Amino acid sequence: MLLSIENLRVSYDRIKALHGISFDVDEGEIVCIIGANGAGKSTTLRAISRLIPAEAGSKMTFMGKDLLDYPADKVVSELGISHVPEGRRLFGNLTVYENLKLATFARKNGQDIQKDIERVFAIFPRLEERINQKAETLSGGEQQMLAVGRALMSGRKVMLLDEPSMGLAPLLMMNVFDALRDINREGTTILLVEQNARMALKFASRGYVLENGNLVLSGKSEELLNNPEVKKAYLGG
Amino acid sequence: MAFFLQNLINALQWGSFYALIALGYSMVYSVLMLFNFAHGDIFMTGSYIGFFVASGLIALSATGTVAMPGWLILLLTILISMFLTSFVGIAVERIGYRPLRGAPRASAAITGLMIGIILETGNLALLGASRKKFPDLIETQTFTFAGVSVTNTKIMIVAVSLALMLALHLFIQRTKWGMAVRAMAYDFFVVPLMGVSINTIAVLTFAIGSALAAAAGILFGVAYPILDPYMGILFGWKAFVAAILGGRGSVLGAALAGFLLGFIEIFVAIIFPSTVRDLIAYSIILLILTFRPHGFFGEAYSAQLRL
Repeated sequence: MLLSIENLRVSYDRIKALHGISFDVDEGEIVCIIGANGAGKSTTLRAISRLIPAEAGSKMTFMGKDLLDYPADKVVSELGISHVPEGRRLFGNLTVYENLKLATFARKNGQDIQKDIERVFAIFPRLEERINQKAETLSGGEQQMLAVGRALMSGRKVMLLDEPSMGLAPLLMMNVFDALRDINREGTTILLVEQNARMALKFASRGYVLENGNLVLSGKSEELLNNPEVKKAYLGG
Repeated sequence: MAFFLQNLINALQWGSFYALIALGYSMVYSVLMLFNFAHGDIFMTGSYIGFFVASGLIALSATGTVAMPGWLILLLTILISMFLTSFVGIAVERIGYRPLRGAPRASAAITGLMIGIILETGNLALLGASRKKFPDLIETQTFTFAGVSVTNTKIMIVAVSLALMLALHLFIQRTKWGMAVRAMAYDFFVVPLMGVSINTIAVLTFAIGSALAAAAGILFGVAYPILDPYMGILFGWKAFVAAILGGRGSVLGAALAGFLLGFIEIFVAIIFPSTVRDLIAYSIILLILTFRPHGFFGEAYSAQLRL
């Protein structure tokens, strides 16, 4: 098991956001967590990245290491878990190139960095055209490409993706998901959280359903796509 | 015209002190959204560290083992004191602010005030109440061009200040550390996702801000050689005004506003008696803020995005 989450509990100011969820992700998989707004999807990813604290009793292991021993920056730089946050959160005052470069802050080898930047540009040629533009001047689609590119630069064992489809026109969304599939084929495990359940389940091989801080269902994507409850609640009947 | 130029030069020197100190306020604010109210006292501490370093170097030079000219002693004093004072800033961050990272803003603000009081009274306890006289390091020479007289110390003070500001600008724009500072100013919360430690960048900004305050403290000592433990209070407040006037978190704005403060104070003092200088100068600044509430380069929105 690459990533294993056991009994993860998170609260914000005494309000419980996650009530002890457990799930796991195998090497090379694409796994999705679907759920409505406020179900706790982003909280789950933030807890794995260590951006927010998990409560006592939570267990998270990655390749046999206890995630709780790592501060947020080391989760990225030492464990190779990257996180594309909700709303992309690019550094708008930095250029496209600087956004990519910053994600390699902890890395030493300059040649590797250059090669990785070229690889990002091979996946998203649009970014190379905009290389010296400030990130805040990019269109929504380009911003999502940069957010994914930036995650590729920071760590590539696992990529945590928070609503990559948000705010994208269908065609652009397909482009981004095609690129993500290529990234997965090259060895990056993907954990995706999405409100767009149909898109997510078509993309992932397995899925979990999160409701009010509890995982209520899990299974292969086809099973979930055909599950009457999932159909009713998340796929528009 | 000569009269105007004369005062312009005085204002440039006076503004240099404010600008150098304001940069420290502004940098720390931009990355941590925190006003380090101990910063004026770090300026004072830097000035005293400069006093001891300069005195030590003079004594060393006097023994004849390494005879150094005055300008070299001054240069070494600035560099060594900047280095040493940066650790004062690092200690202030580590001991005073870091434990309160998640605490309400007001707690962090009073922490700064308390650290300031500790630095002032600690100085008093260690060194006693007598004032220190900053040693004369370079012989003052006066040059006169077309009725305008300039001393070599004034030229040196303005030149060193501008050089430090340029160095800071290049550091922030050209290095990966500077890039991380800019990123953190834009969006604090996701910086760790880039593999960048927030604590490291916080320490960096405190170190740089304190080093610049130390430079200001030594340059001030060269121009006005009497040091006392409370010298940082009013200076700190005024530099804080400059940091806000420049636009919170704007490095360029803080530097320019520092100089503007110098100009306003000097030119007000030409027209009015010096007893009402600050009364009038700061009324003018209040008026400016009324029309530009976000300062000169501040964003109308808070650039910081949080969870």
